[in-house]
Amino acid sequence: MKYVYNKFMIGIWLLLIIGLFVFGMGVVEAAGDPNGSNTYSDSIEGLKISINVVWTLIAAFLVFSMQSGFAFLGGFLRQKNMLNYLAHCFIDSTLGACVFYFFGFAVMFGGAKTYSGLDVGWSGLGWDGFMLLGDAYDVKTVMFWLFQMVFATKTVTIIAGAVAERMKFVPYVIYSCLMCGIIYPLYGHWVWGGGWLSTLPIGNGVVDFAGCAVVHTVGGIMALMGAWAVGPRKGKYNPDGSPNAIPGHNMTYVVVGCFILAFGWFGFNAGSTVAGTDLRISIIATNTFLAAAAGAAIMLFFTWKRQGFVDVSFVCNGALAGLVAITAPCAYVPPWSAIVIGVLAGLIMRGTVSLVEVKLKIDDPLGAVAVHGANGMWGMLAVGLFADGTYGINGLILGNGEQLLAQFIGTIVAFAYALAFGGAVFFGLKGTIGLRSSALEEEEGLDIAYHGTSCYPVEEGLFGAVGEQVIDVQAEKEQLSLLEEAISKDRTREKIYSEKLGRWVYGKAK
Amino acid sequence: MKKIEAIIRPEKFNIVRDALTELGYPGMTVTEVKGHGSQKGISEVWRGRRYRVDLLSKIKLEIVVKEEDVDKIVDTISTEAQTGSIGDGKIFVLNVENVYRIRTKEKDNTAI
Repeated sequence: MKYVYNKFMIGIWLLLIIGLFVFGMGVVEAAGDPNGSNTYSDSIEGLKISINVVWTLIAAFLVFSMQSGFAFLGGFLRQKNMLNYLAHCFIDSTLGACVFYFFGFAVMFGGAKTYSGLDVGWSGLGWDGFMLLGDAYDVKTVMFWLFQMVFATKTVTIIAGAVAERMKFVPYVIYSCLMCGIIYPLYGHWVWGGGWLSTLPIGNGVVDFAGCAVVHTVGGIMALMGAWAVGPRKGKYNPDGSPNAIPGHNMTYVVVGCFILAFGWFGFNAGSTVAGTDLRISIIATNTFLAAAAGAAIMLFFTWKRQGFVDVSFVCNGALAGLVAITAPCAYVPPWSAIVIGVLAGLIMRGTVSLVEVKLKIDDPLGAVAVHGANGMWGMLAVGLFADGTYGINGLILGNGEQLLAQFIGTIVAFAYALAFGGAVFFGLKGTIGLRSSALEEEEGLDIAYHGTSCYPVEEGLFGAVGEQVIDVQAEKEQLSLLEEAISKDRTREKIYSEKLGRWVYGKAK
Repeated sequence: MKKIEAIIRPEKFNIVRDALTELGYPGMTVTEVKGHGSQKGISEVWRGRRYRVDLLSKIKLEIVVKEEDVDKIVDTISTEAQTGSIGDGKIFVLNVENVYRIRTKEKDNTAI
């Protein structure tokens, strides 16, 4: 384990050093506008640019706040694994951002030519703007980088919820780097960076306003593969395949997290105009909120009818499902369709939860696959259905089926792409360094095993300084290995159906 | 009548409970407790500095049974809760004078 980790860190540093040498040369002939004096002028034009930059930056800050929303969704998990989930969220938004700076951004937007310094790139791959050097050292390019970076780190965090409570830390770090460095940017380049999907000669090409396919379908389907590869949590499934509930530890966190995510989503969608002078932003923000409200409302009544009470966890997931589904169509559709999209999103989310949990038998603690994967795809198709032509895209409601076909192609490509890359990454890691934490680590909680302390440490008076008592490391290790062995033996115990209890129980110890 | 007090590892609680219910003793009182015996506590890390947690989380399980059942239950608990490493816990057996069921005011053996 230590060995693999060391090798991995050496690899990272080597990459950084090579990167510095290769791309550092660009520093000399900088032609961008690093201090903004050429971009800004005391005129209406200059003020327009200022408003656009300010708007995009504010949106980026809002999107960044969504990371705390994701962190709060850890309330769906048991408290013994909370710190591990928080650590996942945090390395995604920090280490992931660094990787996106060094590598991801250039792959994604090289060749897009929308800003200075993004010139080299082909329809399949971008290759310019590494480390924001050279021409990319420009106020507008860097603004764009910040906005895109928060998107990238959001996508990576989607998977954290699906593999939570049972994954080793090192493979997660490796996955996080790969996702930010290549998997997310490559598909992103095809749709947003001037790649082949955006120039498809059907309709207006594949359009994805704020990332239904780029962010959510790719993230959600990667999450499906991750959760599949790492396997269900202990106790999630009975031997006959029926799932058990594993309740979380704090619903307050979940609701607060949901509010923060919805708040950040205004930046996510409305900020994607990258222009404050584009007054469509008011429609976009309203559509965003309406879809969330409709998704939550439908789940309120649905769970009420089906389960006899209002299931708050599903109401929250319904709101998130609506937000995901409106991400692509938000700019192109009228408010009434936002309601329709949100309502269907809630129902699709509920259906996918059952599909994933009961039929596919994949354990997804936060519902990432249902919320992001399924509704990412629905949102992409919704553009082709509901776009009303006022923002340049004609959908099926105007009798134009071409856009729907283009959206369909984009969705299928995203699905297959994430399935292939997700399978390669997660099953590759599983075969080499292993994905799953040991039985004892999972039983005692990943917080203490991987982070040395519990997320909610013991109350005062129950702990002391180490010095008072010499800890015999060798003896401690021996005891630990005995315990490890006993607990992993429990996992291989046969489960039997108890008629008396009406449920599955562990058989006798061997 | 005897009261059996077992202090066991939290990891083993579900297994022990299942085994006892299978035996036909579904009733029990369970408390989360903290304590230590010969197990010396574990060390955790807080902001880079190690600290010692002396009192470890255990589960205390209390169950009152007829005298003839004591051996069977003690045997089940000790088999199921055993891992072989220090900190598996202890079982205490105590005498109980009287038992009353509040709902019906039944007494002793019928009230267990």
